[in-house]
Amino acid sequence: MIASAGAPARPAEPQGALGADLRRRLTGFVHTLRDNGYSVGLAETGDALAVLASPAGRQISALKPALRGLFSATRSDWRRFDEIFDAYWSRRGVHRFQSAPAANAGRALDRRRASMQPPPAGPSGLPDHTRRGDGPEVESEADGRGRREGASPTAALTSADMRHIVDPDEVARAHALAARLARHMRARLVRREQARRRGRRLDFRRTIHRSISHGGTPIDLVWRRRKEKPLRLVLLLDASGSMSLYTAFFVRFLHGVVDAFHEAEAFVFHTRLVHVSPSLRDRKVARAVDRLSLLAAGIGGGTRIGECLAAFNRWHAKRVINSRTAVIIVSDGYDTGEPDALAAEMRRLRRRCRRIVWLNPLIGWKDYSPEARGMQAALPYVDLFAPAHNLESLAALEPYLARI
Amino acid sequence: MALTREAIAEKLAAVGYIADRDLATALWLMDLLKRPLLLEGEAGVGKTEVAKALAALHGAELIRLQCYEGLDQNAALYEWNYQRQLLAIKAREGEDPEVIEEHIFAEEYLLERPLLAAIRRLEPPVLLIDEVDRADEEFEAFLLELLSDFQVSIPELGTITATAIPRVVLTSNGTRELSDALRRRCLYHYVDFPDVDREARIILARQPDIDTALALQVANMVAAIRKEDLRKVPGVAETLDWAATLVGLGIHDIRREPEAVHDTLICVLKTHEDRAQVTREVSDRLLGKVA
Repeated sequence: MIASAGAPARPAEPQGALGADLRRRLTGFVHTLRDNGYSVGLAETGDALAVLASPAGRQISALKPALRGLFSATRSDWRRFDEIFDAYWSRRGVHRFQSAPAANAGRALDRRRASMQPPPAGPSGLPDHTRRGDGPEVESEADGRGRREGASPTAALTSADMRHIVDPDEVARAHALAARLARHMRARLVRREQARRRGRRLDFRRTIHRSISHGGTPIDLVWRRRKEKPLRLVLLLDASGSMSLYTAFFVRFLHGVVDAFHEAEAFVFHTRLVHVSPSLRDRKVARAVDRLSLLAAGIGGGTRIGECLAAFNRWHAKRVINSRTAVIIVSDGYDTGEPDALAAEMRRLRRRCRRIVWLNPLIGWKDYSPEARGMQAALPYVDLFAPAHNLESLAALEPYLARI
Repeated sequence: MALTREAIAEKLAAVGYIADRDLATALWLMDLLKRPLLLEGEAGVGKTEVAKALAALHGAELIRLQCYEGLDQNAALYEWNYQRQLLAIKAREGEDPEVIEEHIFAEEYLLERPLLAAIRRLEPPVLLIDEVDRADEEFEAFLLELLSDFQVSIPELGTITATAIPRVVLTSNGTRELSDALRRRCLYHYVDFPDVDREARIILARQPDIDTALALQVANMVAAIRKEDLRKVPGVAETLDWAATLVGLGIHDIRREPEAVHDTLICVLKTHEDRAQVTREVSDRLLGKVA
């Protein structure tokens, strides 16, 4: 929320100029917008009152575009606004956009969230594994989420058992590769510069500052050079049934990446998206993998790549992605959802991050061409499309990955 | 000076910018709420023109900051005049270093860059922060600070507070997602390609010696071209170029000159693929639709 205190003086809405009824209606409208995903703060509500008090407040033809400009922050907000506005203020379709009084708003939001992401599991048969440890609170939530969901949990347990991945040799090799990658991919040069003792260009301001005591003779030179910033890696691993042959290997790699990279986040998806990096942060591989196998209990069903990417874009992207982020998606591209939806989400993701790498285990197969509809839809947004089905093939990719 | 929406729309038209009602409302709201305006839209829909028209409308100075990756405070806010500082140090050689330091880090050695210039004017200027999505996140954060307080601190000099709050217009092409904080700070307006009628009026405003019928034909034709699957959708500037070309060739009815139309489409289609895609047959078909 924006503090209105720091903002320059705005026209104060004269107290009492607006009826109490109108205020209540506006509050309800703001809640409706919030329920529909708009981020509207107190400052905006205050400004809306000022708009209502102004001459435009008396004509609906002026009020609608004014409030649209004020409350919208993105193009999708902008597009949906008229519908919500009409529904609310003309009392048409009120049952659809429930005009929520203050007390109900929170619950409505919860309900909406609940439909997007399943709530933490209740008693569902399996022991709540993570609560035993002293891990952070998030884990139990993530744990519950992953375990409960999935296309066919019982079949999955047998088809995608990840426990055998605790072979120490394999683990060591996967970690070594991840560490090597981390070393090579670690730093990205950005165009922003910072002062250093040595560099490409003189930093005039600091040099002159230091030369004052020498009568203007620049003895201490200060240079500028490009700042190095750590590359952030976000991994999205498809753990659906069609990928089950490779899941075990990539989970090892995932653990190595989370361990070796300074900034890395890992997600596993099948029919749902699960944030797994908190569980992977456990240095003890056996325990981490143990946890993950519980998390991934739902794994092995069909894939909804588009929906999972949508969930990622909606709930996680803002937090885990910045402009120095490379996103690696590991999937065979067999999507049971709509290819158009996948393409739209890929486009959205593309705008947020630096590079998208798509590793497809099937490329290694003879005669494979990316014909899966999902793969076709996603390809235009991918910077590097490469095969990876075991450690050797991933190691062979190292030079390419290091350059992205 | 509080203008009504209608007055703003009229004045915009008088300075050659044909705005739709929503944009006039947004500009009116900027003044009412003293918030910056964020304009998003495809390249070439006239986002930058909005700021120019706004400056003309208020008779204010337009200060423009073009963003790029790596844009830093020295390029956006202020820079010291090093040559003069060096001269001053030499001229005062032998004096107490602290006195010299105080002397050379005074306002007269300061070089204004756009952001500082915008808050030091006596009359509120229009500050255009163009293509803010090209700058990096650090700059966005810095901008947010400036836009909320309208004051900047210069370590050697102290804090400078705005003498007049500038009208701020930010534009973005959407190559990078902007932060929520910045979006929340701003009013939002999505600039779309103008509809046929408005585009025809834009052509008439910018190209006064064109026939009304031809302007309408050109607007219709461009609208049809935009519906084709092109790599680079032509913007309003391209439309104006094309209209000027047709006028220069002495064409009064584009339906009668299909060959000239096809040849002059280079004004509108700016990539090789698009040019290859709109063949003579395609341009004739599109011409056929222009009633």
